[in-house]
Amino acid sequence: MAEEIILNWTDPNSVRKRIHVRAPQQVAWQVFTEQMGTWWPLAVYKIGKANAVDAVIEPRVGGRWYERGDDGSTCDWGRVLVWEPHSRLVLSWDINADFQYDPKLQTEIEIKFIAEKDGSTRVELEHRRLDRFGERREEMRNVFDKTGDWGKLLVSFAQTAEASAKG
Amino acid sequence: MINAERALDALGDRTRRRVFARLRHRTCSAGELAQGMGVTRSAVSQHLQVLKAAGLVVVTADGTRRLYQVDRRGVDALRRWLDGFWDETLGAFKEAAERVAAKARRS
Repeated sequence: MAEEIILNWTDPNSVRKRIHVRAPQQVAWQVFTEQMGTWWPLAVYKIGKANAVDAVIEPRVGGRWYERGDDGSTCDWGRVLVWEPHSRLVLSWDINADFQYDPKLQTEIEIKFIAEKDGSTRVELEHRRLDRFGERREEMRNVFDKTGDWGKLLVSFAQTAEASAKG
Repeated sequence: MINAERALDALGDRTRRRVFARLRHRTCSAGELAQGMGVTRSAVSQHLQVLKAAGLVVVTADGTRRLYQVDRRGVDALRRWLDGFWDETLGAFKEAAERVAAKARRS
């Protein structure tokens, strides 16, 4: 997976990712916008107190982007800024460096779904305006940009911690 | 302020790691934590202060007792630092979209 992702180190206020999806453009768009709750890592990437069970994008400009908890509560993440089915979506990401909702933050995520000749889709994501994080920009850029093969280290940390908890 | 690198620094000490690990499954006081660890209560209290400052532990009062428990927010910040936010999220999206497309091809 890692080799499919291109990192851009040049712009300090932007993180870019590109991924190739073996699915038609329309399917990629629908899974991203209508079924986000089936794939978003809700166990970790959520902000509410309740366990998050769904992530929802309201399908229109100005629509909410939010998580829904198992107690029915909702927590906003941002808004829909551009809605161009099935090719382009821009969302605001209004979650600050402490992972709290802040409607004034307004970093932007642009996602492009580009149909390839073979019926697959190239998905390009840019998370920009990271300058809005102020003095924590570098820290947050690192969180968003980091190449994610560190999960193994976490598993090993958890096992070590559990072993020492038992011992 | 929850900062993953500060949390990692806090866990860089072996005794502090043991204190944190003991809190994983239950809420307890500094005195209870010190029992069986071969560490004094006051040393445990100092480690708890560092863990608290790093956003890994929260304190609640139970009468005159101060009880410590793991702060999920600090642990989540660590996981985000380790995982790589967009790589993990887009990777999960790719798997889901390909699963849906493969199912449509079969039917």
